[in-house]
Amino acid sequence: MIMIFGIPGPLLFGQLLLGLINGAFYAMLSLGLAVIFGMLNIINFAHGALFMMGAFAAWMLLNYFDIGYFPALILAPLLVGAFGIFLEKTIISRLYKLDHLYGLLLTFGLSLVIEGLFRNGYGSSGMPYRIPSLLQGATDLGFMFMPNYRGWVVLAAFVVCTATWLIIEKTSLGATLRAATENAPLVQAFGVNVPRLITLTYGGGIALAAFAGVLAAPIYSVNPNMGSNFINTVFAVVVIGGMGSILGSIVTGFGLGVVEGLTKVFYPQASATVVFVVMVIVLLTRPRGLFGKAA
Amino acid sequence: MNLSRRAITLGGIATAAGTIAPFRAGRAQAKPKLKIGCLTDMSGPYKDLAGPGAAAAVHQALAEFGVAGKGFDVEVVVADHLNKPDVGTTVAREWFDRDGVDIIVEVANSGVALAVANVAKEKNKVYLNTGAATSDLTAAACNANTIHWVYDTYMLAQSTGGAMVKAGGDSWFFITADYAFGKALQRDTTEFVTGANGKVVGSVAYPFPGTTDFSSYLIQAQASGAKVLGMANAGTDTINTIKQAKEFGIKMQLAGLLLFLTDVHSLGLDVAQGIVLTDSFYWDMNDRARAFSDRFSAKVKGVRPTMVQAGVYSSTLHYLKAATAMGIEQAKKDGAATIARLKAMPTDDDCFGAGSIRADGRKIHPSYLWEVKKPSESKGPWDYYKPVATTPADKAFRPLDKGGCPLVKA
Amino acid sequence: MFGFSRPQLIAFLAMLALIIVCPFVVYPVFLMRVLCMALFACAFNLMIGYVGLLSFGHAAFFGMGGYVTAWTMKVWHLDASIAILLGGVTGGVLGLCLGYLAIRRSGIYFAMITLALAQMVYFFCLEAPFTGGEDGIQQVPRGHLFGFIDLSNDMTMYALVACVFLGGFLLIHRIIHSPFGQVLKGIRENEPRTTSLGYRTDDYKLIAFMLSTSLTGIAGGTKALVFGIATLTDVNSSTSGEIVLTTLLGGLGTVFGPVMGSVVMVSMENYLAQFGAWVTVTQGVIFMFCVLAFRRGIIGEIGNFLKLKL
Repeated sequence: MIMIFGIPGPLLFGQLLLGLINGAFYAMLSLGLAVIFGMLNIINFAHGALFMMGAFAAWMLLNYFDIGYFPALILAPLLVGAFGIFLEKTIISRLYKLDHLYGLLLTFGLSLVIEGLFRNGYGSSGMPYRIPSLLQGATDLGFMFMPNYRGWVVLAAFVVCTATWLIIEKTSLGATLRAATENAPLVQAFGVNVPRLITLTYGGGIALAAFAGVLAAPIYSVNPNMGSNFINTVFAVVVIGGMGSILGSIVTGFGLGVVEGLTKVFYPQASATVVFVVMVIVLLTRPRGLFGKAA
Repeated sequence: MNLSRRAITLGGIATAAGTIAPFRAGRAQAKPKLKIGCLTDMSGPYKDLAGPGAAAAVHQALAEFGVAGKGFDVEVVVADHLNKPDVGTTVAREWFDRDGVDIIVEVANSGVALAVANVAKEKNKVYLNTGAATSDLTAAACNANTIHWVYDTYMLAQSTGGAMVKAGGDSWFFITADYAFGKALQRDTTEFVTGANGKVVGSVAYPFPGTTDFSSYLIQAQASGAKVLGMANAGTDTINTIKQAKEFGIKMQLAGLLLFLTDVHSLGLDVAQGIVLTDSFYWDMNDRARAFSDRFSAKVKGVRPTMVQAGVYSSTLHYLKAATAMGIEQAKKDGAATIARLKAMPTDDDCFGAGSIRADGRKIHPSYLWEVKKPSESKGPWDYYKPVATTPADKAFRPLDKGGCPLVKA
Repeated sequence: MFGFSRPQLIAFLAMLALIIVCPFVVYPVFLMRVLCMALFACAFNLMIGYVGLLSFGHAAFFGMGGYVTAWTMKVWHLDASIAILLGGVTGGVLGLCLGYLAIRRSGIYFAMITLALAQMVYFFCLEAPFTGGEDGIQQVPRGHLFGFIDLSNDMTMYALVACVFLGGFLLIHRIIHSPFGQVLKGIRENEPRTTSLGYRTDDYKLIAFMLSTSLTGIAGGTKALVFGIATLTDVNSSTSGEIVLTTLLGGLGTVFGPVMGSVVMVSMENYLAQFGAWVTVTQGVIFMFCVLAFRRGIIGEIGNFLKLKL
């Protein structure tokens, strides 16, 4: 057996792969956060709660309406995205002229409300959500047993991330979006409805979170705390990648997943802390993040 | 203009102070009144296994004891300790100092449980713990005002650990929540595993709370070649560990060192089948338990009681009996004397049958090893366990002289 | 006196009167909690309200102060005054180390870096053997003050807590109204201009940060002494969030705002405890309401209504 740093090779490869799977979730969540921050200048603390709502939406669709996993993968993000648009229209839009701080505080309050309501309604030990029969089972990769569903998660996350990146970087809609980020009044002067663009961006970012939530539902049990467990790490990912940088958050998301996976082998107790160590180092050496533009 | 506005504000503050004043004065009562405080997790990870169900169990005990016509009143207050020891002590202090609470029941979460025990001792009140796991409550941290009712880490470790080694599971790997409870559970289980000539080949401690992905630790466990996977954690952590073990095709025998009925309910039999676990109460274990569970379920939307909730019922009932026997005024005045009375009386109720309480505050009853049924074996909702083994009452808990409790005289 | 304006002096005297009268009508342990949180919030307000830096990691100093006070009381049996002071020193030294790294950044990056550093402190507290992990340091004796005043009585303890709070409160007020404080406000309003006037702004920010964290450490130590327990809760990031809410609710950058904020927050936590998860819902709603309609906070709005600076 090959040994790497005193760890059997197959075990190490297994951990790298697992890190990549977690990284897929980090990437999808931080991507939504980055898009929202770039466009609205708001740090969306409610992202974790909306991710959780995505999982719950899938669960409700299944249990109340008998709608299965694959339709839910489309429907749940649409529903939660619509809810996000509602939030943006009614509440969040009032804060654009203010300091970043207020947006962060408002969405923090919002996440407390959403999580509290779900905890009251559904308890906290969580509800099971079955893996769709098409994706059940596992594949033997030689060095580890790879559940098919996890493979599907990485694939789906990769496709969604790439698509989002392409839309923003390569289409005319994306160009308008980026222009509006740079100089909203000017873009408005060209006849673009900037407020609507902002609303749709927020809805889109939320839909991404909800999509990740549906993907997560069969892996973790559907419970009201599932978002808050993720959110601190995801923030770190966004900051490390460079606030508002799309590519940065995707790459950093996958990368940090791998770093975390390796920590779990060498010093598991620190696996929740290692992202913050990375974050401090990055902020001190590259204040704008790894992929952020200079001020 | 300014001045008058300021005057209004100051006046407002004075009025506010005035309304608080009568708080202390009007507290004279004609009939003696016992006040029971149910301090539990109403919003966090233990909400389902204790929480509102525990409060319902207190009311169940009151209803069956039949307070009406006994010449005293009982009032129940409920609070959430949020799983924080400091919140727990604050609430306990306020209840004892200000609100005239005589007894605290429940308190799931070992850290909070130990903190509340200190307050109960300081204020000389009664404290009947059902939800906490730590066996320290009846060891170094024991005191004359505390009884530990349902289970502890020693009982779990002996029953699950000992039985599995006997059944051939002689090499273990632990996945442990990195805090006091998880470490204690691992320590106690290790003792029984090695005592029965088994060996522990490895362990991994993961950050608590906040870990949701256990796959990495499961792969490490698998790679160790151990036969048994000991899960030294609780609640949603255990649920996630089990789900992911199934997903990654882990071929080890899973040992749930602390698994509750509600956890199995949440997992579903499909995933949970075959897991071995220890509980001191299961709703379907005998006629009396079934009778109690039927009465209880009628009040809480059909949910079956966990052993913690059953313990709340059992302990409250026993307390009411003792308090009536010694006189309400006396019971209110001296917590340690009340506890002594509780210990002197044999216990008997529908949930745990006949039992007793030891000098160190340990309630004694048998512990049972269960195996989760296959979906095909289950006859209906909540029909989840089949019995594997029973540890008799006198063997189920740590011997009286081994704990080092100062109350036990050599 | 201490640079109070006349309305502030009246408000201060009213607060003083309430501090003296309240323990006779309200449960003193509750009041002590309010005062500890109030000192914490005032110290936090020194950074956000007067230097304009939002720290999302102040719980690290609060919790570490608590641990050190609790540990020295329990193991070394020190005098209460020295134990509390050591809590403050811990806060200050930790503030110097973390502040040295953090103050190089501003705005949202300062908030994020303090959050990250505080997470590391949390991890240290979780792993270090002396903190007792999840159980915390329990059964901390209140001990004696100056060797002869027994603090086990709630009223005596209250007197000490009230003195600590008033000392901290007046010190902060004095700092704000000193020339040093004027420079801090200058940094908040326009840092480059303050630099061009010849001030070494980084040094000023670091000193302000240390003062803030020292007082936070003292507040944490006092709280640990009152409740006889020091736990992970006080180091957790949710405590950092809570203190932001407290200060925001009372009024950022007002003298009395943090005090009012903690009165409301602690009462709310206390009386809502019986309603389970509704506590978080209520807190969330208040949070949102404050941000949307009430950004000046309670004291800020009252001050605005009375056209006074409170």
